[in-house]
Amino acid sequence: MASNLPFVRYDNVQKSYDGESLVVKNLNLDIEKGEFVTMLGPSGSGKTTCLMMLAGFETATHGDILLDGKPINNIPPHRRGIGMVFQNYALFPHMTVNENLAFPLKVRKMDKAETEAKVKRALEMVQMEAFGDRKPAQLSGGQQQRIALARALVFEPELVLMDEPLGALDKQLREHMQYEIKHIHESLGVTVVYVTHDQSEALTMSNRIAVFNDGVVQQLADPVTLYERPENAFVAQFIGENNTLVGKVSSTKAGKVEVDLGKHGKVQAVKVVDVPKDGQTTLSIRPERVAFEEKAPKGKMSLPAKVLELIYLGDHIRCRMSVAGNDEFIAKIPNSNKTISLAPGKNGFVSWNIDDCRALDYS
Amino acid sequence: MSDTRILAADGTPLKKKLAQSMFRTKLRAFGLVCPLLALIISAFVLPILFMLTAAVYDDSYSSLMPESTAAMQEWDGESPITEAMAAAMVSDLIRARENKDIGKVANRVNREYSGATSLFKSTSRSAKKFEPPYLEALRDKDKDWNDLELWQAIKIASDTYTLGYIANAVDMRAKATGGFEPQDELRQIHITLFIRTIEISFIVTVACLLLGYPVAYLMANLPLRTSNLLLILVLMPFWTSLLVRTTAWIAMLQGQGVMNDLFVAFGVASDEDRFSLIYNKTGTLIAMTHIMLPFMIMPLYSVMKTISPAYVRAAKSMGATNWTAFWKVYFPQSVPGIGAGSLLVFILAIGYYITPALVGGQDGQMISNIIDFHMRKSLNWNLAAALGLVLLVFVLFFFWIYDRVVGIDNMKLG
Repeated sequence: MASNLPFVRYDNVQKSYDGESLVVKNLNLDIEKGEFVTMLGPSGSGKTTCLMMLAGFETATHGDILLDGKPINNIPPHRRGIGMVFQNYALFPHMTVNENLAFPLKVRKMDKAETEAKVKRALEMVQMEAFGDRKPAQLSGGQQQRIALARALVFEPELVLMDEPLGALDKQLREHMQYEIKHIHESLGVTVVYVTHDQSEALTMSNRIAVFNDGVVQQLADPVTLYERPENAFVAQFIGENNTLVGKVSSTKAGKVEVDLGKHGKVQAVKVVDVPKDGQTTLSIRPERVAFEEKAPKGKMSLPAKVLELIYLGDHIRCRMSVAGNDEFIAKIPNSNKTISLAPGKNGFVSWNIDDCRALDYS
Repeated sequence: MSDTRILAADGTPLKKKLAQSMFRTKLRAFGLVCPLLALIISAFVLPILFMLTAAVYDDSYSSLMPESTAAMQEWDGESPITEAMAAAMVSDLIRARENKDIGKVANRVNREYSGATSLFKSTSRSAKKFEPPYLEALRDKDKDWNDLELWQAIKIASDTYTLGYIANAVDMRAKATGGFEPQDELRQIHITLFIRTIEISFIVTVACLLLGYPVAYLMANLPLRTSNLLLILVLMPFWTSLLVRTTAWIAMLQGQGVMNDLFVAFGVASDEDRFSLIYNKTGTLIAMTHIMLPFMIMPLYSVMKTISPAYVRAAKSMGATNWTAFWKVYFPQSVPGIGAGSLLVFILAIGYYITPALVGGQDGQMISNIIDFHMRKSLNWNLAAALGLVLLVFVLFFFWIYDRVVGIDNMKLG
């Protein structure tokens, strides 16, 4: 029976702290064994609360959380057997690295030789063999992060939770650690639930990403789907950069909608959500899918545009334009040798393929 | 100028330049602490040093009885009394009586030999009429002058620099022939008092720790509103006068007091046979524990406040039970607070005075009460200073032990 159920299941979970408002509203989420699932969202969106409920440090106000088919609401945290990496690592300052790593094994009453072997192997996994006798305060942030990771994995849990573990590191180290965590996940095959507010971190590491906002999962999908085919305006806005145009639906046919932008004309877009005729909709276009040309090309959607600002970024030029009343319309223009002469104040046309423009909900 | 020295842009050595630029800052910093420094030195350090010298310095005999002092220094403390010693004594007695100093001299000798006050006073009255041989004259006046112990006592009293008082403070006695011997058993009270003082301080410290730890833990872990209320409740007694709190305990604990009434009402004690909770050691322990509690809670609280709840969570996520997580992870991190609180309470308790004086009765008195007795009643300031010195040594000793066991840099007061 247990084999039919997913490894972790949130079943209609609600959480309220004050009895007046819901921090988590009716969460349903299934996580398969061996998956790397990221809960992504702005602060206050309820993602950390969801993680803490799974770890057992918060109780669900309503609903069940199932681990391996068994409800765990009434199992205390120390009997859940879930490894966890905390935001500021929570390495015990009064113990050496070795003692920190041996702690979960000691409380399991593992014998000394086996403990030592496992600690050694865990340190090797994060390439920290030489640091076993140091205290956490003698390590750099990145090294502490590795030790925290090793400590969460040393007792071989099947599920590891990570609560913004890379938040305190600088950008370069963060990117490096992302790959490292990804590789460890792949080699060990553990299930990882990862919480972050950094979308690039989520895109780099995850099998699937659950985008949280306002206590609700807005979209649960793999990184490519999430970026290429966002299902609502929040997801489109939150993941990557996005240009929005607001208009009214004038007609719908064969998965496409025609959107009336008022005096700026009409454009066609991919229909994502059901919007009735004359209902408001948000058009979403990624900046890297937009081209700027002097004449409107055929077979593509185009709108007149005026260049407002240019930012030179080496591999591409960020061009801010005024399009259909939106002064924050961005196009990323590749820095190739055929780059047309751009200057603020220049008039022209922005264009894109119909499939790259998605008509989403209006919020 | 050597080549290795680094020069500033204008050619002066960099170190000199740095000192010049720092001079004004240092001067200003010194100016800011100067008034406090002056106050501490004049009102605290100097009086204490002056008082402590009294523990080993006493010229009340040697300055008033110079001839006798000189004679005494030559005497070995055992051989028979010579005529020269007697003559010097008589001559000094006459002068002391004329200068009206005989009382001070008599008092000083009386500390070593009881009965000396009246002996010296009466002898000095008739000393003018004495004729040689003076030794005979003294012995005719009072047969106590025959006593070798009296002369030994005088020899001890004539020492300007003496370890006698410190020996007294630890129930020893200086011998006229040099060295020390145990005090008469009847006069051995200080060691008992020191032991009792340390015992009471230790019990109070442990009681404060046991009672204060859970309170500090609650304060550090409850939501801010509740913990603020608790903090005020902890600090409220702290803002109340010490005397008021001690007297309140008298009202609570006395024979007809609140606690005993409750015990009788609940049948724990019979009306005729009420508990004696005050004017004894029990009273001192209860009142002092209450008064010292904030000194334990505050350092504990400030240390616990810095222990992130993530540590205990991390321990639990790794499989530790609530108790293991507390004992192996939380408790070790709170040790600096325990150390600071315990040291603070212990050192405050070891010199505590008002509370034992008011609620201690006979067997709840501490060493500070004896020091007070010698300061105000017996006016034996030298012994008081010696007792104070021994107490100070005790405190420094415990401080050293603490430093060895816990490490002083591990202490956090806030």
